[in-house]
Amino acid sequence: MLEQRRRINIEYDVIIIGSGSIGVPTALATAHDGLKTLVIEVLPSVAQGDNKHAIGGIRATHSQKSKIWICQRSIEIFSTWKKKYGDDIWWDEGGYVFIAFTEEQEKLLKDTVDLQKKYGLNIEYVGAEKIKELIPGINDQGLLGGTFSPKDGNASPLLALHSFFRQSINWGAEYKFKEEVIDILKDNKKVTAVKTIKGTYKTKNIINAAGALAKKIGQMAGIDIPMQPDSHEAGITEPIKKFFSPMVVDIQPFIDPKFGNSKNYYFYQNKEGQIIFCLTPDPSKFGTDRRETSSFLPQISKRMIKLLPRLRNIKIRRTWRGLYPMTLDGNPIIGPVNGLKGYINAVGMCGQGFMLGPGVGELLSRLLTRKINSQDNEILEDLSLYRNFYQVENFK
Amino acid sequence: MENITNHPILKIPKRKLVNFSFNGKKLTGFEGMVISSALFMNKIKIFGHHVKDNSPQGIFCSNGQCAQCTVIVNGKPVKSCMTPLADGMIIESCEGLPELPDDDKLVSVGDPPIIETQVLIIGAGPAGLSACQILGEKGVQVIIIDDKDRPGGKLVLQTHKFFGSQEDVYAGKRGIDIAEILSEAVHSLSNVDVWLNSTALAVFSDGLIGILKNNEEYIIVKPKYLLVATGAREQMLVFPGNTLPGVYGAGAFQTLVNRDLIKAAERIFIVGGGNVGLIAGYHALQAGIEVIGLIEALPQCSGYKVHEDKLRFLDVPVYTSHTILSANGDNQVESITIGQIDKNFNIISGTERTFACDAILIAVGLNPVDEFYHKAKEYGLKVWVAGDAQEIAEASTAIFTGKIEGIKILKEMRLNTIDNLDKLEEKASIMKLKPLPPVQIDVPDIEEGIFPVFHCNQEIPCNPCTSVCPQKQIETIDDSIMQLPYFKGEKECTGCGRCVAVCPGLAVTLIDYRKDKNNPIVTFPFEMTIEKLKVDQIITVVGNHGELGQFKVIKSRIIKEFPLTQLVSIKLTSKIAKYAVGIRLQPSIVREPLELYYKHPLANDTIVCRCERVTVGEIRKWIHKGITDFNELKALTQVGMGACGGKTCTPLIYRIFSEEGVSLDEITPGTLRPLLIEVPMGLFARTKEEDKYRI
Repeated sequence: MLEQRRRINIEYDVIIIGSGSIGVPTALATAHDGLKTLVIEVLPSVAQGDNKHAIGGIRATHSQKSKIWICQRSIEIFSTWKKKYGDDIWWDEGGYVFIAFTEEQEKLLKDTVDLQKKYGLNIEYVGAEKIKELIPGINDQGLLGGTFSPKDGNASPLLALHSFFRQSINWGAEYKFKEEVIDILKDNKKVTAVKTIKGTYKTKNIINAAGALAKKIGQMAGIDIPMQPDSHEAGITEPIKKFFSPMVVDIQPFIDPKFGNSKNYYFYQNKEGQIIFCLTPDPSKFGTDRRETSSFLPQISKRMIKLLPRLRNIKIRRTWRGLYPMTLDGNPIIGPVNGLKGYINAVGMCGQGFMLGPGVGELLSRLLTRKINSQDNEILEDLSLYRNFYQVENFK
Repeated sequence: MENITNHPILKIPKRKLVNFSFNGKKLTGFEGMVISSALFMNKIKIFGHHVKDNSPQGIFCSNGQCAQCTVIVNGKPVKSCMTPLADGMIIESCEGLPELPDDDKLVSVGDPPIIETQVLIIGAGPAGLSACQILGEKGVQVIIIDDKDRPGGKLVLQTHKFFGSQEDVYAGKRGIDIAEILSEAVHSLSNVDVWLNSTALAVFSDGLIGILKNNEEYIIVKPKYLLVATGAREQMLVFPGNTLPGVYGAGAFQTLVNRDLIKAAERIFIVGGGNVGLIAGYHALQAGIEVIGLIEALPQCSGYKVHEDKLRFLDVPVYTSHTILSANGDNQVESITIGQIDKNFNIISGTERTFACDAILIAVGLNPVDEFYHKAKEYGLKVWVAGDAQEIAEASTAIFTGKIEGIKILKEMRLNTIDNLDKLEEKASIMKLKPLPPVQIDVPDIEEGIFPVFHCNQEIPCNPCTSVCPQKQIETIDDSIMQLPYFKGEKECTGCGRCVAVCPGLAVTLIDYRKDKNNPIVTFPFEMTIEKLKVDQIITVVGNHGELGQFKVIKSRIIKEFPLTQLVSIKLTSKIAKYAVGIRLQPSIVREPLELYYKHPLANDTIVCRCERVTVGEIRKWIHKGITDFNELKALTQVGMGACGGKTCTPLIYRIFSEEGVSLDEITPGTLRPLLIEVPMGLFARTKEEDKYRI
């Protein structure tokens, strides 16, 4: 009885809402730093929202400095994880290739490279010959070249999140599954507790890491989050012997009168030899529908085979559809809010939550333990809820 | 192993031999037969080795659903069970991961067509065909698809006669013949399109169905109404050696033997005493394959008693209260170890025995293939489900449920004029009744004249004997299809033998006392040889409790209507005549067990997920850590994420959960995603190729 009462009266240092791409690595960081951490998740187990819909690309080569900084740290965490903690999360330093077929694309990529180099990123604009070397069999008709960033890579979202999850528990993080958050309790412009369908948990801080559901959580706290999810479909093939390493990103727009136009698409071959691919429809499909459509396979297959004809013989195993919590400028919203102490957003990852997660987690932990540095301050300003959202990211 | 050249029931078509090579060795096989069967013909059972643990891979589902039979044909990885053999094929085993051919020529791409239809039926088995007939005859435009090369579903593999009634479900006819009757009725309808070799790949949320047509073309179908009649899939078991080449589902084995006419093994052992296992044993014997034994975990076989008796009379030992302990062999099955179990299913120490065999057939139950139904329902399509996809039962029941669901669709379309749904549903529910325990039946006292003796001692839904008697002297008790038949004797029996020939259970004999009261002539049905037994040929006569002795055949005849069931007459003494139930060619042989091969099953090392090679131990480890979400188990172990999409391991994992004390309602089921089977990307882009894609 006493034990039970004590538990009810526990006050957490931080409650993280959502056990996905952001919530879990954040819990990993806060628990590691000694904060009493609770993660509340509405789904039955860890990483069952849109994390498992991510295909696994991890890059620092963004066109926006905050994302570059965050992902540089993420890559350090992903790439050293197995050595440090023993779990294979299928990290593969395969690099990223963005391909250019038009002068316009070429210019866009070259301009971005200049910016990226300023931040110390290992990226070059390379000619068609180098691209052909990196992607054997690529259709070189009209191929001008592209960027190659060898230090980017990929890992399994499924394995990585589960491994982060278990390590966070080792460091003392607690998790509650199948618990829907129904209210955020406040007192005197300060968060005090999180109310779920099963109980109320006291806390000093709340991190909204609810992915596509973040808007709803924000509303409970009285915070309007300018984010709306759109959906992308993805798929995976049978495994075959590895024949290319990088994530291939084709940014050409594609007109498809029968099955729907699309913007970019991208694919890579994972450590097991399977090719994983994803397409960005044009216009975006806003909403929370995650049900597979009949359009996706004809749309993506045409594009991938045009680019890499030998793929016509690979067998597709499975497809799925996931949500990208989109913001207006394609950048996440991270940090505290005005007028409600203890509430922190870690939302609007625009489909990049998996690669941003570990870096975001450490940043937020520094924020909570009052250890933020000047770079962190720059990031928080950059990704603030109160920024002007008109500076659109090049490859959002 | 060889091809079957002589079969008592199946016609052997003329087939053209062609040349091919396997790993550089020159071989021959029949043109158009699937590659896996061509390899079996050449005694090749190992088709490659798994990338993860180098375990030998070979035929498993024989149904295009997994990828364990993958071989490399002319440089491309294909499923050997789905790819027809062609002259000059260069085939290689698939060692580890296949290489994608570096075929980089530019190809033009196109869009798959979207075809509209009133009704789409997935599955042309007994349920699908029956529904299709109902709909087609009312002028409804129907597309019916099936992934096999001929309609009929599993009926096309069934050489035995079916139960039920003649009026409704063609009782007394063989499965293969029922398939033909049902198919012809559908083929004659001009408003029905039959797409064979056509697999439904996915039901999409926009109400469209993706179909791989004729194994070479991707087509999207937009139906107003959908009927899912996709049948069942076989359950597997977890035991050491369960993934060795040579362990098959009974249905997979029937495909090799009865469809491809391959003697797929020399000596088999069957696990499971339901109808599927019992019949598989009978079919193997008809194909000249020895059946070393059959085990059933329960104290009685759950299949029909008459099916079990057919095996017993043919000298197959049936071991009840037994389980399989292991399949043994280095690269393929060489023996089986079985053991007796007590009522708590624990192995009784000292009862373990090992028998030599080169194939083990698993027939431990079926699960509905109902994922399309559930998806379609979830996505708001107008969908119905029939046959085994609705509920596992006999093919005869599937005919009923197909008709019923067909009528329901007609009703929805406001086209139904006959309303006999209640009557059909009542009949279907009778067909679904589980067989009752066999009863003791008394032989008739009378020892004069001629009359049939019914050795049918179990109440099952069956009555064709009542329909064929020209004197109308055979009835069932209370005229109920579930009851046992008897001879009324108000009119004389003509001795025509039709009741003997029609009985699906081979459980009717005819006794004729007219010539010699002390030595009556007994007539038995026999369907193990294509040639008629010769006069004076010595055969063995069996009763319910064993052999009754060797006797000479005095006559063998065939009734035109039942051309494949010989009626063999033998003179017996009056003492045994009424107790004689069956005949066989050979006297009983005693099968000595081998030296016991029984490594204590390392239960934790046993494979659960064959595609990703995940062990029981791995699954248990995570269950012990508290995992109850199937999706989490998938993420952690890759279980169910391989080529077959979890079709085989999912029920096994549920069983492990239950063994570990996790109840069903605690488990979050895994998410099912398209595609049903793996399909080359080029098909979705409709690339123009000289080479056809092969799945």
